Amino acid sequence: MSNNEKIAGFVGKKALRLTSLLIVVCFASFMLIQCSPIDPVRAYIGEMPVTAEHKAKLEAYWGVNTPPQDKFLNWAGDILKGDFGTSLIFRIPVIDVIKERFTASLVLMGVSWLFSGILGFVLGIIAGAKQGTWVDKAIKTYCYALAAAPTFWLALVLLMVFSVYLGWFPIGLSVPIGVTADDVTFFDWFKRLILPALTLSLLDIAKITMFTREKLIEVLSSDYVLFAKARGEKGLDLVLRHGIRNVALPAITLQFLGFSELFGGTVLVEQVFSYPGIGQAAVAAGLRSDVPLLLGIVIFSALFVFFGNLIADIIYEFVDPRIKQQEASV
Amino acid sequence: MSTAVVTVNRGLFRGLNLRQKTLLIIGSTSLLLLGIVVSSVFLGGEPLQTNFGSKNLAPSLEHPFGTDWMGRDMFVRTLEGLGLSILVGGLASTISTVLTVILGLLSSAGKTADSFVSWLVDLFLSIPHLLLIILISIGLGGGATGVIIAVALTHWPSLTRVVRAEIKQLKTQEYIHISRNLGKSKWWIASKHILPHLVPQILLGTILMFPHAILHEASVTFLGFGLSPHEPAIGIILSESMRYLSAGYWWLAFFPGLSLLIVVLAFDMIGENLGKLMNPKNAHE
Repeated sequence: MSNNEKIAGFVGKKALRLTSLLIVVCFASFMLIQCSPIDPVRAYIGEMPVTAEHKAKLEAYWGVNTPPQDKFLNWAGDILKGDFGTSLIFRIPVIDVIKERFTASLVLMGVSWLFSGILGFVLGIIAGAKQGTWVDKAIKTYCYALAAAPTFWLALVLLMVFSVYLGWFPIGLSVPIGVTADDVTFFDWFKRLILPALTLSLLDIAKITMFTREKLIEVLSSDYVLFAKARGEKGLDLVLRHGIRNVALPAITLQFLGFSELFGGTVLVEQVFSYPGIGQAAVAAGLRSDVPLLLGIVIFSALFVFFGNLIADIIYEFVDPRIKQQEASV
Repeated sequence: MSTAVVTVNRGLFRGLNLRQKTLLIIGSTSLLLLGIVVSSVFLGGEPLQTNFGSKNLAPSLEHPFGTDWMGRDMFVRTLEGLGLSILVGGLASTISTVLTVILGLLSSAGKTADSFVSWLVDLFLSIPHLLLIILISIGLGGGATGVIIAVALTHWPSLTRVVRAEIKQLKTQEYIHISRNLGKSKWWIASKHILPHLVPQILLGTILMFPHAILHEASVTFLGFGLSPHEPAIGIILSESMRYLSAGYWWLAFFPGLSLLIVVLAFDMIGENLGKLMNPKNAHE
């Protein structure tokens, strides 16, 4: 099979998957919300008292009593045109809310994703290379403890230590209060990013470290490493030359597959630090029955996870030299 | 790597072999968890007295975890919360395991059924887990039942994936082919030949599902979904403590979270040590 054919096949398959996934996710989440006892009119007017007559008018206006299948088709048709409806909380189009919030979250997630990936990989290599020593045991203990720690609790502890006790960082909010958006300096914004990003990466490190460690130990007990040792290679050189090359790709792939957990962690961390990202919007939408916003966020988060998996697949299929060689020999 | 395999027996457990040591760890951690559940059930009977004379006290001998803004003893509240978490976790992993077994056996029934199962797994994994729990709990009308059902309904996909792969591998075995040639029905093969192989794996998967379920329940509660503020759940205790952070009442958040961490670790340890016992490959170590 030529390379071009392979790429075309891959793209076609993935496009088909994405389309079917989106259709199913839209349909399933819409039906879930449809079954729920949420009264959309009540969610819209909030606590204000209204007369029954007025409420009936609103119900007619919002089309509460149209059959579910018509509702779904209307909604899905609008989404195809790029119209996700209007958010009930923010009173602006859902797509604008998501654009703004998702950008903020992407910065947070991106920073911690990179940081945890690099640090986790390095720690994993150290632990694997020094298997059985106290360094390895210390790193392992750290990973076990972190993997078991509730995200929001870790966030609270960091907030207590660094913001309340030491006073190094402000307590929550992404920008200072009472300053217009144009006057927010890069430093202000950066200062408020540090703690949430730190929390998120501390938690993510555990998984990637343990994985790298296991893989490196596996590689180090292979025949070719034994042969390399027999030739006189040892220490750091051996790990760098034979270990890292074999471990790096699977570790990077794993890091891309973790987008779903990264998103979950962001939701919790944003809530603790009042970081105005997509996670906080999702929680607010859920608590206050903002159905259009919630559905929009579900769709976009599914897209986000899909692209993480897609990149992992691309690395696996096209970047890994071993897979290439296997195909060449077939 | 012969040097790495030989482990020197020393320290606290001198004189015990690995098997005895593993059993000891499993026994003591299970006892700890059982103790938490039992004492929380007993404590649940009498309502927590509010005592405004002793509110916001720092940890002391009388109140090891301190007291909250209504003078309630945080140690007792934490214990009750942990008991609730473990019960919810147990319910969730039981339901998820039942779903796993059903879907696993379904996937062994035929090609169409198998692709349906794998499609369902992919669908559930395509939305971030926490968001999915929120979505389902809202769909069910929210409240405690909504959250518990949502946590229970979303923890099966990863175990199902493992079980499905295992089944695929088992089906290529010769004794299954022979059994089929002898005219046994699909159901007979599934229940007599395949299921027994899966039991240890499923048991282990269930125990390892516990910590996930507990953490998810606590997270969703922390965000404000589900349980009412009067319930002594760890998530609620922690979200309440957020209001007193800047006042410096660190014990309100620190100890309950730490206890939750210890419970989760205990489950991880039980799961891992059981795995060691059940895997014959490293029994000789």
